[in-house]
Amino acid sequence: MTALQKKDHNPVAHLTREDIESLGRELDAVRASVVESRGTSDAAYIRRVIKTQRTLELGSRALLLASRWKPAFVVGTIGLTVSKVLENMEIGHNVMHGQWDWMRDPKIHSTTWEWDNASPADLWKHSHNELHHTYTNVLGRDNDLGYGIMRVDEDQKWHPVYLGQPVWNFVNACFFEYGIAAYDLELGKYFAGRKDKAVFKRDATKVVNKIRQQATKDYVVHPALALLTGSARRTLLANYTANLGRNLWTHSVIMCGHFPEGVETFTKTSIDGETRGDWYLRQMLGSANIRGTKAMHIATGNLSYQIEHHLFPDLPSNRYAEIAPQVRDLCERYGLPYVTGSLPRQVASAWGKVIRLSLPNHLAARLKRPTRRTQVEPTALPSRLREPTAA
Amino acid sequence: MALSAASVFTAPRHPQDFLQLVNPLSSARQLRGVVTSVTPECSGSVTIAFRPGRGWHAHEAGQYARIGVEIDGVRQWRSYSLSAPAGQDPAITVTAVGRVSRHLVESTRVGDVLFLAPPQGDFLLPTGPRPLLMLTAGSGITPVMSMIRTLVPRRPDADVVLIHSARTPQDALFRAELATLAADHDGLHVAHRYTATDGRIDFTSPADLDALCPDWRSRKAYVCGPAELLDDASQMWHDHHVADALSVERFETALLTDAGAGGRVVFEKSDKEAVADGSTTLLEAGEDAGVLMPHGCRMGICRSCLVPLRAGQIKDLRTGETHADEGELIQTCISAPCGTVHLDV
Ligand SMILES: Cc1cc2nc3c(=O)[nH]c(=O)nc-3n(C[C@H](O)[C@H](O)[C@H](O)COP(=O)(O)OP(=O)(O)OC[C@H]3O[C@@H](n4cnc5c(N)ncnc54)[C@H](O)[C@@H]3O)c2cc1C
Ligand code: FES
Repeated sequence: MTALQKKDHNPVAHLTREDIESLGRELDAVRASVVESRGTSDAAYIRRVIKTQRTLELGSRALLLASRWKPAFVVGTIGLTVSKVLENMEIGHNVMHGQWDWMRDPKIHSTTWEWDNASPADLWKHSHNELHHTYTNVLGRDNDLGYGIMRVDEDQKWHPVYLGQPVWNFVNACFFEYGIAAYDLELGKYFAGRKDKAVFKRDATKVVNKIRQQATKDYVVHPALALLTGSARRTLLANYTANLGRNLWTHSVIMCGHFPEGVETFTKTSIDGETRGDWYLRQMLGSANIRGTKAMHIATGNLSYQIEHHLFPDLPSNRYAEIAPQVRDLCERYGLPYVTGSLPRQVASAWGKVIRLSLPNHLAARLKRPTRRTQVEPTALPSRLREPTAA
Repeated sequence: MALSAASVFTAPRHPQDFLQLVNPLSSARQLRGVVTSVTPECSGSVTIAFRPGRGWHAHEAGQYARIGVEIDGVRQWRSYSLSAPAGQDPAITVTAVGRVSRHLVESTRVGDVLFLAPPQGDFLLPTGPRPLLMLTAGSGITPVMSMIRTLVPRRPDADVVLIHSARTPQDALFRAELATLAADHDGLHVAHRYTATDGRIDFTSPADLDALCPDWRSRKAYVCGPAELLDDASQMWHDHHVADALSVERFETALLTDAGAGGRVVFEKSDKEAVADGSTTLLEAGEDAGVLMPHGCRMGICRSCLVPLRAGQIKDLRTGETHADEGELIQTCISAPCGTVHLDV
């Protein structure tokens, strides 16, 4: 945990090796209890969400055929946006994580799923599941940390280009699906000459085909069909708006996962020889939750339970809510921060960081920094509980 | 075709994914059937008739189909012989012996949807008229029942002898129907062997068989039932140089339980891992890890479970042989890992 020790405080200094391993065992038990009880009602849940999303998509698209009539335009656009959000978040992201593979339903399986997004499923799974979830918040290893175009941690070296990062971040938010596709393609690595040309060419073809397929659907064939009802222009606008809305929403949710103040980062060497307990600890300290209503949780794909998701990326998303109190209780007992807040607060916090760190550290330090890193007193640390009896 | 063209409107989904919102049987990509009747047979067995959706083809007498059901949210597949005669809607007759069969027997209701694979198998009636001998025991009568129901009422020249073993008369499947058929048609002779009172047929010498069916050597023979019956009959037909006249249908395969074997299994394409002991097959280990493992009979016959071995050593649990050639196609349903194994699935 050397990355943490450089910071103005070290949130894990009070943990002994024994505490960390005990934490690992407790979290393993939480995981096992969910795996054990996965069953019919979970399967019914994901099928219900999928059915709802498809019905909503079908209904909204039908309504948009009448979008010459303004109310149809408004309702159809909202419906399509919500449908796209559901499709990407609660369904696509989670299915591709393998959260539903245990059902052995080939139609709801990580190896067969494709989503309504510019990034092809297999590229996304590689960069997201294998790289981001393995190297969560490790500086120089986790490309999600600032997506390779932003500075989101004091330990990342400042460069004048970062002055523009609030603007990049906004542009990226608007075109987020293309940003993800470019990122999964490792464009940056390619231009730096660090990506194999043949592999890049193969991947790029996939991305171009996928973008063509999705754009044809949203911007050509559905508007063309709406020509028949004189609603082509509005249908085009509705599709554009739905994609924009989905992009802004997913970008916000994802920023809230790892960028808010209070989330920790780690150095490359700190993960050498990491045990299961260390790994859990890094996932917990490197993620932040969002508080909100049930509808909000579903709309975020339950990524509002980012901490739980990062601890157990392949548990069914509908179960995160039930284990969140257990994880939180564990954090209290072990004296670990559990970063959470309302959606507006977390979005503001993440943006605040993007803006603050566009400046070099000495200038950034002059800005008033929200203090969220209060040291938490452990309430029941195994190593301390044991001491009296040992003595 | 038209549907594929319509996918420009639905990409990346297939139009069928939307049609299915209205009609669950419409998908030819996942064949399904609706249960039309559930009829109790003798103790612990039921006959389940179903109306298959798109993608099914009519079965021949003696064939089986893979049936998928969801138990606790997890899809489970097993093979069941189609007991209905050829030319009629399919039906299976299931005897409760384990997880899936018990679920089918106890929980199936009219209107339920079953997942299906089309009929397959080469346990079939001969192409020309021939005298037949059917040797069955327990639930092994199901494919033979389809043959009898297909042949006997329709062919006046039929000549079928059925020797069926069951523990007691109450355990004998289709007993009443067979009695009626035998009474109505000269071409069918039924002999029951009740093993609780009469003991099993003795295959150590031909005497038992000679008594039950003196001309057994000249008949085209079919055997289906527990593994010992199949092994004993095969030996007998082999010893009397008429092995070619015997067709065998296996419902189960005896597998070794090897404490020495076992190990870590890496499913490379699926990016999953499992640890399996020496009696867990690669197929089961993969399924439990959530890998979509290809499979058919699940007992070493059909070879639809073949997966290339990328690295490591596996043991064939029927014979104890080991295989370690990279690229070799492994029958996952009857193989266990010996140490770390990498599979290309
Ligand atoms: C080609 C083919 C046709 C088949 N046709 C039929 C059929 O018409 N009717 C039918 O009931 N079954 C039939 N089976 C068997 C069926 O596929 C299942 O194997 C059986 O139902 C047990 O599955 P399970 O999940 O209930 O048991 P599991 O939980 O998988 O196994 C429980 C135990 O039962 C044992 N077992 C498996 N099969 C049998 C058996 N037949 N008798 C006694 N013990 C057994 C297993 O070795 C195991 O120890 C057929 C199998 C094949 C390969
Ligand atoms: S599943 Fe039929 S041989 Fe393995």
